[in-house]
Amino acid sequence: MRPALALSLTLLPLSAASLLIGAADMNLASVGTDPQAALILTVSRLPRTLAVILTGAALGIAGVVMQQLVRNRFVEPGTTGTAESAALGLLAIALIAPAAPIWVKMMAASLAAMAGTALFLRLIRRLPAREVLLVPLVGIVLSTILGAMVTFIGWQTDLLQMIGIWLFTGEFSGVIAGRYELLWIAAAAAALAWFAADRFAILGLGEAAATGLGLNPDAVMRLGLVVVAVVTALVIVTVGMIPFIGLVVPNIVARGMGDNLRATLPVTAAGGAALVLACDIIGRLVRYPYEVPVGTVLGVVGSLLFLWLLYREPARG
Amino acid sequence: MIEVQGVSHQIGKMPILSDITLRLPMGKLTALIGPNGAGKSTLLSLTGRLMPLQAGQIRVDGSDIGTTDTRALAKQMAILSQSNPLGSRLRVRELVSFGRWPHHQGRPGPRDAAEVEQALHDMDLTPLADRFLDALSGGQRQRAFIAMTLAQGAEWLLLDEPLAALDMAHARGVMARLAGLRDAGRSIVVVLHDINHAAVWADHIVAMKAGRIAAEGPPSQVCTAEVLGTIYDMELRVMQVEGKPLVLHHL
Repeated sequence: MRPALALSLTLLPLSAASLLIGAADMNLASVGTDPQAALILTVSRLPRTLAVILTGAALGIAGVVMQQLVRNRFVEPGTTGTAESAALGLLAIALIAPAAPIWVKMMAASLAAMAGTALFLRLIRRLPAREVLLVPLVGIVLSTILGAMVTFIGWQTDLLQMIGIWLFTGEFSGVIAGRYELLWIAAAAAALAWFAADRFAILGLGEAAATGLGLNPDAVMRLGLVVVAVVTALVIVTVGMIPFIGLVVPNIVARGMGDNLRATLPVTAAGGAALVLACDIIGRLVRYPYEVPVGTVLGVVGSLLFLWLLYREPARG
Repeated sequence: MIEVQGVSHQIGKMPILSDITLRLPMGKLTALIGPNGAGKSTLLSLTGRLMPLQAGQIRVDGSDIGTTDTRALAKQMAILSQSNPLGSRLRVRELVSFGRWPHHQGRPGPRDAAEVEQALHDMDLTPLADRFLDALSGGQRQRAFIAMTLAQGAEWLLLDEPLAALDMAHARGVMARLAGLRDAGRSIVVVLHDINHAAVWADHIVAMKAGRIAAEGPPSQVCTAEVLGTIYDMELRVMQVEGKPLVLHHL
């Protein structure tokens, strides 16, 4: 329980900082008296902070689930074609029914993400189990192909700018009340993973072991697919893809605590939230009052963390 | 009783099992022996419904494994596969606890915890219970997987080469524990390569060769120089020590 507690405690000051930092002048103490300050807090700062926390937590969990499904630590929804398929779905809706309500876009993105991830899972089934690095490689190849399709269609239809936000520079500067609430659904999908934590952990032991314990591996696989696809699609629809979270956070947690997901998922969620929050705050401060997208900050911080991870000895427990 | 009726299995065009019909007795320790590639693991995996049946039928205490709910089967039989690749980082106790999943479906009670501790104790793992599996030796890891299978507390235990990677003290310990479970009324099927363990501990031996049953019976009938020599295509001698066959296969 201790790591979870420690992380939750770092979340508090980070959230407070996130509420205080922004281009507009706002004094937290005067929120009660100054309607302008109250407006900034409730319409901009609080929604943004919540959006960051929900995104970080949900992406962290989606990363673990993905890694358990394929029994490989080097994948996340951003490197398995999930994000690109979601973008493809969004693009299709933008072209076929540009005026469609947000929930239709959300459904289209989720369904496309499911289809793309299912394709990935099918592709890697035939890979030799010992070739650990082939799984992420196939994921990267699939992502690149799907990404190229998205870019081509976007280029032909003048929608490249939208695609850039979906896939490359996820950021939170546009988040205000009324424009982030879909992320609660992403968080709910991630919470669903917690209820099925043991199932995912058992599936991580292999299909034979899972069958022997009376689980239906395909059913667990489908559940995981839904969690990963819905989280990814909703994050892309609302703020755009944030890289590295699903990769780095689960790996750090597994090094320290192992893969008993019932115990580790809350820590992964808190860790993902704290990391995105910290990076979002850095992005807001680096060239204050302008902003650097959180995705860019994470590109730097995430790669450093990943290198540190690779060279550090795991805890033996 | 496990009833195997007309089971055949192929991988591609290669026949692995050819029309096997077999009855494994309840309340006994049955050893499955035979040379590499005889089909022992395939037969065990099919019985444990880890692979789909291609032809024939298998019933465990009357339940057809093809049609019975897999959750119900998980309480009836526990199976240990031959290879247990390690994908996840788990502590020994966490792994063994997953053996109780068929009983609690995610909400373990005091009985589950007690069974886990018992299984850890039986496999001599109590001091290692909080260690990560990837920090253990191959033999210790093997014992952890056996402990998970024991913790499942099923009527039938199907174990594929549980003694692989074990030192002789732990190998004997595992066999003695299995015999103890048999004495307590459980039914055990175990694939063994060490013929002398089969000769001493098993009540019943099923010998396979090239996808067929080559011999079947109590150790005194199967563990003879003639029968074993034919099954393994080698010359060997069998002595009697304390009334049990001792197979000299290494000389």
